[in-house]
Amino acid sequence: MKPFTYTRAKTPAEAAAAVASTPNAKFLAGGTNLLDLMKLEIETPAHLVDVQDLKLDRIEPTDDGGIRIGALVSNTALASDPRVRRDYGVLTRAIVAGASGQLRNKATTAGNLLQRTRCPYFYDTNQACNKRRPGSGCAAIGGYSRQLAVIGTSDACIATYPGDMAVAMRVLDATVETIDPAGQTRRIAFGDFHRLPGDSPHIDTNLKPGELITAVTLPKPLGGTHIYRKVRDRASYAFALVSVAAVIQRDGSGRAAIGGIAPRPWRDEAAEAAMPQGAKAVTDRLLAGARPTRDNAFKVPLVERTLAAAIHDAKTMTQTPGTQERGA
Amino acid sequence: MSLGDEAQVSRRGLIVGGAASCALAAVPQAEAQAPAGTMPSTMPVTLTVNGRKQTLDVDTRTTLLDALREHLHLTGTKKGCDHGQCGACTVIVEGKRINSCLSLAVQHQGDRVTTIEGLGTPDKLHPMQAAFVKHDGYQCGYCTPGQICSAVAVLDEIKAGVPSHVQADITSRPQATNMEMRERMSGNICRCGAYSNIAEAMADVAGGRA
Repeated sequence: MKPFTYTRAKTPAEAAAAVASTPNAKFLAGGTNLLDLMKLEIETPAHLVDVQDLKLDRIEPTDDGGIRIGALVSNTALASDPRVRRDYGVLTRAIVAGASGQLRNKATTAGNLLQRTRCPYFYDTNQACNKRRPGSGCAAIGGYSRQLAVIGTSDACIATYPGDMAVAMRVLDATVETIDPAGQTRRIAFGDFHRLPGDSPHIDTNLKPGELITAVTLPKPLGGTHIYRKVRDRASYAFALVSVAAVIQRDGSGRAAIGGIAPRPWRDEAAEAAMPQGAKAVTDRLLAGARPTRDNAFKVPLVERTLAAAIHDAKTMTQTPGTQERGA
Repeated sequence: MSLGDEAQVSRRGLIVGGAASCALAAVPQAEAQAPAGTMPSTMPVTLTVNGRKQTLDVDTRTTLLDALREHLHLTGTKKGCDHGQCGACTVIVEGKRINSCLSLAVQHQGDRVTTIEGLGTPDKLHPMQAAFVKHDGYQCGYCTPGQICSAVAVLDEIKAGVPSHVQADITSRPQATNMEMRERMSGNICRCGAYSNIAEAMADVAGGRA
């Protein structure tokens, strides 16, 4: 690890100003991804601003019937919240499908969103990676790309967004609230939060330098049956090959966001209109622009089958009272 | 870990120490030219570890794991992968299990930390330690302190109603079933493969508590 200095901020505005005014500074929340990358000297901040004292660890109702999740609410606390379990079941399901118990205890809501979009070549400092070193090339394209993205990629990067929580937030139409170094706040629609790589894969999100996430809000509950289906190489503690976060209504309409296939949670509201016609109709449209590699071409049919399974699960649950995951 | 391994680690430590001594000798010259952020930065941190208040002066880069092992000489907590993948470094901080390798010591100012040394002693084992012995929940033993800290915290999480991936109904209270133990312990790797005995040890303790 490179040496760095460390301070703790007392207010969100102070934290944002501290990161903006110090060269090569970063926010530190749980640290579960940042410290991992710092040990490998993939991340090399000279200064860390610890945000743990900002008192952003509450989940509160909003005026429009939704909830506001403080940036520092831990993944465990968020998954355990009775309102989330009852009204936003897909979010609890997604969180507990990710990482390990130890990591979920330390990882925060905002930190989870800021985990790096990454691939094995990003971690292997002996390999070319445009995300780690802009302009150095991409060893994943033409390398072993079984885990990597099939859509939303570029000639510079085919890394996959690795998280589960964000896939559920995308399907729930979450909003990210931030404060910038000047003290200005803004709200970012979840679909605009993570970037596609284009020719600058080293930038994962649309946050500005020093801009701090203060909360994530969810609109009022959608009802329906909440499903998170994650297909992975082992039963627990593994990244998704494909995951589906879905909210399906009794009339067969619904929404779905897909994880494991793109540089950000993948959702197409127009494709969802075909939900009553089934998984194939949705997937044909959703993945029309897919550019899989030889190694990961299996993900395209796997999305359709996983979505079909999610739709089937929703029907089964609706017909069998008590088996659950129904929203309000 | 055998005695031979300990000796090897010590020898390597000496070699690393030797190199560090050379580097230290060169510090005064380097300091004058070094840009900000290239020199180690140290800070004081106070932790309560196994009930004892400890104040340390640490390099900011020191993980909680290294603070426990290298500064406080509590070597029961093990360094496995050092990247949060294996769980050997699991300790209980403010009542919650975390990977001590993925946390800086300075993040834990004022925190209460429980390590394997704080759960029980050879004369007075924690019920989970006794259950691991009874059920043969280990072979080489390297992952065991992390497994036991994690197992103790898992039973507390189940009791507190923390949901898991294997629950059929996430709005209901979780039960201490074998499937729940296996899922919740997935952040602790045992290369000897003692998993089934670990789950039995946990079931024994969970049953005794109920």
